[in-house]
Formats: sequence, C-alpha cells, structure tokens
Amino acid sequence: MTVLLSVEGLCKTFAGLVANNAISFTVAEAEIVGLIGPNGAGKTTLFNCLAGYHRPTAGRVRFAGRDITGLPPETIARQGIARTFQIVRVFQTMTAIENVMVGALLHCRQPSSAAALAREWLDFTGLAYRAAQPASALTVSEQKRLEVARALALHPRLILLDEIMAGLTPIEVREASDLVRRIRDLGIAVIIVEHVMEGIMPIADRILVLDYGEKIADAPPARVVRDPAVLSAYLGA
Amino acid sequence: MTPPVKFSAFLILFAVTVAFPLVVSLPTYQNFAILVLMVAQLGVAWNILGGYAGQVSLGHAAFFGIGAYTSSALVTLAGLSPWIGLVAGAGMACLFALVVGAICFRLKGHYFAMATIAVAEIVQVVISNCDPLSGAVGIYLPLTPRGAAAFVFSGKAPYYYIALTLLAASLLVNHLIARSRVGYYLRAIKDEPDAARSLGINLPRLKLIALAVSSALTAMGGTLYAQKELFIDPPSVLGTQLSLKIALVAILGGVGTLWGPVIGAAVLVAIEECSRIFFGSSGLGTDMIVYGTLIIVVAVKSPSGIAGLLRAGVQALQARRRPGVAAPQEVEERA
Amino acid sequence: MGHITLPLLTQVLLSGVLIGLIYALVAIGLTLIFGVMDIVNFAHGEFVMLGMYGAFWGVAYLALDPLVTLPLTALLLFAIGVLVYRLVIRKILAAPMLSQIFATFGLMILLRGMAQFLWKPDHRLVSHSLVEGRLTVMGLQFGGPQLVAGAGAVIVTAAVWLFLNRTRLGAALEATAIDREAATLMGIDTGRMFALAWGIGATCAGVAGVLLSTFFPIFPEVGANFILIAFVVVVLGGFGSVAGAFLAGLIVGEVEVLGGFLVGPAYKTALVLTLLLLVLLIRPRGLLGKA
Repeated sequence: MTVLLSVEGLCKTFAGLVANNAISFTVAEAEIVGLIGPNGAGKTTLFNCLAGYHRPTAGRVRFAGRDITGLPPETIARQGIARTFQIVRVFQTMTAIENVMVGALLHCRQPSSAAALAREWLDFTGLAYRAAQPASALTVSEQKRLEVARALALHPRLILLDEIMAGLTPIEVREASDLVRRIRDLGIAVIIVEHVMEGIMPIADRILVLDYGEKIADAPPARVVRDPAVLSAYLGA
Repeated sequence: MTPPVKFSAFLILFAVTVAFPLVVSLPTYQNFAILVLMVAQLGVAWNILGGYAGQVSLGHAAFFGIGAYTSSALVTLAGLSPWIGLVAGAGMACLFALVVGAICFRLKGHYFAMATIAVAEIVQVVISNCDPLSGAVGIYLPLTPRGAAAFVFSGKAPYYYIALTLLAASLLVNHLIARSRVGYYLRAIKDEPDAARSLGINLPRLKLIALAVSSALTAMGGTLYAQKELFIDPPSVLGTQLSLKIALVAILGGVGTLWGPVIGAAVLVAIEECSRIFFGSSGLGTDMIVYGTLIIVVAVKSPSGIAGLLRAGVQALQARRRPGVAAPQEVEERA
Repeated sequence: MGHITLPLLTQVLLSGVLIGLIYALVAIGLTLIFGVMDIVNFAHGEFVMLGMYGAFWGVAYLALDPLVTLPLTALLLFAIGVLVYRLVIRKILAAPMLSQIFATFGLMILLRGMAQFLWKPDHRLVSHSLVEGRLTVMGLQFGGPQLVAGAGAVIVTAAVWLFLNRTRLGAALEATAIDREAATLMGIDTGRMFALAWGIGATCAGVAGVLLSTFFPIFPEVGANFILIAFVVVVLGGFGSVAGAFLAGLIVGEVEVLGGFLVGPAYKTALVLTLLLLVLLIRPRGLLGKA
C-alpha cells in the first residue's frame, strides 16, 4: 500500500495551551482511519491543521509526495484533501444541488456540467430527492450528508469527515457507515472523527486515539478496544 | 413566473423604457426618469459586491468620484473626449479597487464596512486639497461643443438613453456573473466563507474580482453624472451621503437580486422628489424621515428588501388562487 | 506655518487632550453596545446631536444653562436609548449582519431627518453659558467651556467604569458581553442587559453632546462629525473595552489636533482615518481589546 498522507511530529499550541503534541501517523490510499478520543482531545484541531485552517506550530504534513504544511485551505483543497465541518456549514441560501455544484466547479468550469456532476453525487449520498430544495430546509443529518456530497464533488484523494454520525438513529448510522465504505471503494482515503463507536469500529482499517493532544494508540479496531491506555483514557481509570 | 411570461414582461418593459422620452416630453419627468436610471445603475453595480459577495461597502462614492474626476480632468486638462474618460475612469477605479481590496478585504463584516467609509473619506480629503483638480472649488466642464462626440447635449433625451444603456449593461453584467462560476463562488463566500475555502475557493481573489467589476461600473456612472451636470465638486461626487445612498438603493430594493436596486432606486428617487415638491427644496428632512423609516422596516421585516416583500406578496396571491395547495417552501418550513 | 515653540506645542497638546476626552466619552457608549451585543450603532452620532439640542432647548425655552439641564438631558437620552432598543434593535438580534447595519443606519437617517423637520437645518449656538471666557495658567490658555467639557467627560467615563467594575448590575452587563448564553443560564435577563447597554450608550453620547454644546455649532447632521471619530476610537481601543476607549480617545484627539497643527487642518480627518486603517490592518483587536 502506498502512503498518501504522512504526518510527522505535528504540534499545535494556542497561547501556550497544547492542543496537539508531536502527533505522527500515516494514511494509505483508500484506507479508512478512525480518529477517536474524549472531548477536547484535539481531534478537530488536528483536522484543522491537516486542512490548512490552522498553521501547525511544529511538524510536517506531507500529502501525495508534497509538503503541504502551513498551506492555506483553498490550496490544500485543490491538492486533493476535502473536508466536512463538525458544525454544519452548508450554503444556506442555495439549493442542495447548488451546494454540491460549488464543489464540482473546481474541476469543471461550466455551471451546466457542474450541475450534472452534482446530481450524481447527490444520488451517491441519497439526497437526489432533495436536489431543488434550499439547503436550509434539510434536516441536520441531511445537511451533514450534503457536506459529504459537496466535498466528494472536489474529486479528493483524501476526505476528512467530522462527526457525520452524531445524532443519527441506529439504522441511519448503518447507512452512514455504508456510505463511508462506498467512498473508500472509489479509491478515496477517509479519516473520520467519530464518537459513535458502532458506526466506526466495523468499517475502520485502523483507529487513531488522541488524549490530551497526544496520540495514545494507532492500531486496528479489535486491538484498540483492548488497549489499556485507551481504556483508561475513556473510563478515566 | 413561467419563461414565456417572463420574456413578454421583459419585452414590454423594454418597449416602455425606450419609448418613454418620446411620449413624455416634459423635462421634469424626463429628469426624474434619468435620475432613477442613474441611481438604479449604481445600486446594481454595488450589488455585485454587496449583494453577491456579501461585502458591505459604505464607500462606493470613492469609485463614483474617481470616474467623475478622471473623465473631467481629461476633458479640462488634456482636452480628451469624455468617452475616453469613461473608459479611463473605469480603469482608474479598477486600479484603486485593487489597492482598497488589498487593504480592506483583510477585514470582515462591520470592520470592512467601516474601513470603506474611511477610504472614501480619505479620497475626498485628498481631492479637496488637490489644486490641479480645482480642490474644493470643483470642476466646471465646458458647455460647448455639443454633440455625441463631446458627450454634451442640449436636450434630456440623449442622457436618458445613455443612462438606460449603462443600466442595461450593468444588469447584463450582473446577470452573467450570477449565472457563472464566479457567481456561485461569490454566493458561497457570502453564506459560509470557511466552507468556501474548503472547496478550493480563493476568497481574496474572488472578492477582488467582484470589487473591480463593481467599481468600474460605478465609475462609469460617475462620468455620466459629470457630463450631465457639467459640474462636479468633492461633496457631490465623493461625499459620504452618496456612498450611503448607493448602498441604500440596493438594500431597500433587495440585496443580491437582479432587479432589486431598480425598484429601490424608483422608490428612493420618488420619495426624494415628492418631498421636494411638497415641502420645498432642501428641506425639511421629510425625505430622510420617510426613507429612514423605510430602511428600518425593511431591515426588521424583510432582509431581502422590497423585492423580497413583492415576491412574498405574489406567492401569497398565487397560493390564494389555488386554495388547498400550499407553496412548497411553506411545507418545508413547517416540517 | 510659524515657529513651533515649546509653549505653543504644549498648548496644542493640551487642546488635543481636552477634545480627546470628549471623543472618549462618545466612543464609550459605542464600544459598550458593541461589546455587549456585537452590533455597531451607526446612529451613535445622532445621540450626540440629540444631547446638543437638549442643551440648546434648555437655554432657549427654560433659560437654563446646559450644565443645569444636563441631568434631565441625560435621563431623556437614556430613555431614548432604551426605546430604540425596544422598538428596533430587539427585532434584529438574530438577523444577518446586513440587516443589523442597516437598521441602525436607517435610524441615523431617521433621527437626522426628524431633527431637520422639527428644528430646521440651521446652525445654532448656545449664546450664553455659565462657563465662558478663557483661563490663563502659566502662559497656557484654556477655553472655559472646553475645560469643563473635559472634566465632565472624565467624571462620566469614570462613573461608567466604576459601574461596570464595581456593581452587581455592571458585572451582569460584563458577563452578558463575555458569553450571552452562559449569562442567560446564570439567570441574567439578557434582554434587560441589552436595553441597559443602549440606555447607557445613548446617555454617554448625549452627555458628550451637552458638554460640546457650549462651544460647537448645533445642527441636524452634526453627528456625522463624531461617528467616524468614535469608530476610530472604538477600533483603536478594542471593541468593548471602556478603558481602551478612554486611552484611544486621547490618542485620536492628539492625532487630530497635532496632525492638524503640523500637516494642515484640512488633513486632520484624513490623518485620523489613516490611523483607523493602520490599526485595522496591524492590530484589529485594538490596544486593550479582548482576544
């Protein structure tokens, strides 16, 4: 397996507060990596560092053979990393399909062909029937899927999903897991931050565990759940 | 509205506006119409930046004044045709827009609005103290020669058609931008700038494009004003009042809509003229009372302006005509 | 320009301080409102205007000195501030920024129009007042009205600062500014706090107007002279910081007066606005702004 993303010694501090401390890991092509940890462990900060929203205080991020450390979000997006947001940020005044079109326009400049592409991604995420409705009219879980469709429309090689399963019913969680698996089947690597364990454990190739800004585990799901460090982080033992 | 209805409405509108000066020959009414067209054009130009990109500029008089001053200076100092000045003014405004953008786009929301006020005010002070441009005295443009080449006419009708053409061109530019990639990107930036960045959108670049187009069109309006009045001075073409008026027209009519500024301009100019007719010249402030109230009502009741109110009214009418069938949006909102 | 002598320079610096104190007072109201509810009040200069007219009518109708009617004018402005909040601002709290800008912007135009309608666009002056003439101390000249205005501004500013930092109500107001939701959870009635912020904000501006009325022409659009300067002060001092506004008011007063003296009076506004742009670019949080 070829390495797509490699993170070396990544640190991020805010006014002396350490949010990420010397985190290193790699992600291979078409791999699903789960990122878990208690609240405030630094998961979203890590995402923001990878996607260019924060400039790492120290360390390197390499993506597809290139150093992308400290590049702005728009450049990183153009290089093939797409993301969703923990608190949904769909374009409220646009329709669902227009939201996805904005993503598709990166590679096809004509709005008409972008619309055709956008329709495919809405199909893929099961939102086709919502296409013509304003994004603000969608439920929160639909808005989260809309963000996934919008991110996929960029044709990324890696997608960062931030808590897309929060607040879903058990059946919806299974559908979301299936969606992630289908994304991976397209050859796209996925890093997914999630608190819903039953959604992530069955599909992840590997689980990264963060606690107080440090990586405390990096292993397949079956091993992570038996890891004493992980257990103590979660149970506070 | 269905496409054929829309098209025929458009045709009727076109015929009415073209025929207007032929039918109505009273200079007062012609002047009123010219004012509406000019103010509407400025609102349409503002809307490209304020409406689509969501960047509220309260300093657009700077671009208007740069247009007016560039063409006027070329006429009086170099003897060049105002038509050359029209293009040169647009170019100057674009250049200035790049400078303004580089400074002000680092700021968001309220801060951006304030910075634009400051920029316009600084331009006004600098030009007021610039002797080659006649400083605070202002520039008087030559009354002769008259004719199309000199951009000086004895009747009102030619100004009417030039203003109409400029408005139509601005609407067209607006329409084309709205349907292009840039238009989608601008709306995305307005809604969720952070999310827009995650989709590879270069925010400063797109805002600059919007500002450059908006400022060039505004500057053209400035040249037209200078040639129509044949006199400009800093307060009249660079004043804060003008900046506010430009923004007002778009807000009142409907931010981010194509026709909103046109509606806003008609309402605004009507209020101003009516108050002038009923209460005497510079007056009693009744126009300010009316449109101050109107802005507050629009801000509180309908952020999408008069255009939004009209649209809601039309939908309500349609809903009443077909009882039992609620508009789809309403169903969604209740869900 | 003549010779720049030390006494002359001192004189200029002192008049900068005096006008700076007034600017600070105007800006404190603006910064308070912004700090508590993230809304920029474009009609703030109009509160100054109303204060000035309050003083003027006190003299014209009641033959009472502006300083005598000051408490009454202050109360009136407080009521106007609360009224504005109740009638307009309360309805746009959750509205998009554009609506917020334009609501207070419409208010600005409305108040100017009303002043023009009711009181004519003429420039008016308060002709006789208790404090007139000049005072000469150690070769430095002071205008009586300016000195009183400066002192008044210091007193009101100090009172607002003490209120915010030493009283329970002030603490509640600060808490609302820091975290609206948390304040609500603590049982603070945020609606009341917002109304209070508008009341105090309008009062500060109005009092500044009263203090200015004895040496500044009074006309419906006079607020335009102060709103931009107040913006500069608020930005320089840091949005929401009363102490910052005080310091920044003095700096802006100095830049204006000293700049006018050294570069030329025509450029003093441009200099102040250039300062605004510089601050916005280099340190958008201002001197004492909260992170």
